[in-house]
Amino acid sequence: MDVILFLVFAIIAVVCAINVVVQNHPISSAISLVGVMGSLAILYLLLGAEFIAAAQVIVYAGAIMVLFVFVIMLLNAGAETRKGRSLMVQAVGVPLAIALLGSLAFFVQRLYPRDMVHFGGFQGGSALAVGRALFTTYLLPFEITSILVLIAIVGAIVLARKELD
Amino acid sequence: MTAVPVSWFLTLSAVLFVLGVCGFLFRRNIITVFMSIELMLNAVNLTFITFSYQLKQVNGHLFAFFVMVVAAAEAAVGLAIILTVFKNRNTLNIDEVNSMKN
Repeated sequence: MDVILFLVFAIIAVVCAINVVVQNHPISSAISLVGVMGSLAILYLLLGAEFIAAAQVIVYAGAIMVLFVFVIMLLNAGAETRKGRSLMVQAVGVPLAIALLGSLAFFVQRLYPRDMVHFGGFQGGSALAVGRALFTTYLLPFEITSILVLIAIVGAIVLARKELD
Repeated sequence: MTAVPVSWFLTLSAVLFVLGVCGFLFRRNIITVFMSIELMLNAVNLTFITFSYQLKQVNGHLFAFFVMVVAAAEAAVGLAIILTVFKNRNTLNIDEVNSMKN
């Protein structure tokens, strides 16, 4: 059962991720990216990360992707024009990407051959456990991220505002 | 045969990360390049959650949470920069935004 669940959503994630890369129109890429994030949320649930799965759907698939789609609509971004791509770059780049993937997968298989994941094997990912760790061990990083988000808000407003003449 | 090996999750994460790298390097639209960065961040998050499961600790979840916060801040500022670039240059192609090169 877990294997079927993993395979279904892993395949959805990989197909959507390929779609993100190969689609010409940014809006198609954005919708595919929502698919990747949704299926990753299911995989987080399989790994026992309930809080992060919910945050993934709300923050990533909800807020961030809405921001992306909003900017794509606002700028009326059309299909990408493909020009001036050298054939040699593609001839070298694709094998290099496959080599990177192959080496990563090889070391992963070598390092973790036996450990298994089954649903319910880790119960410590609830909102209670995450919140407790967040407000005790990770209190200082949490406060620093609040300052970071404040800076991001101010920066976004300063960058995107209309010039006052 | 009901359990999934940890290495499958890590391999999936590697596949998503490499696809993000490919999108980052091959695409010319600045918004799509940005989405590729988000894809890479998601792949890293999957690795954090998987190791959190394997080590039976909640710390990986916290790291994934902070990555999400930083990604949200990055998306807000980055999209504001894209808006400004488009306002000044009227293009989204990263090949045409090269005023620091010449």
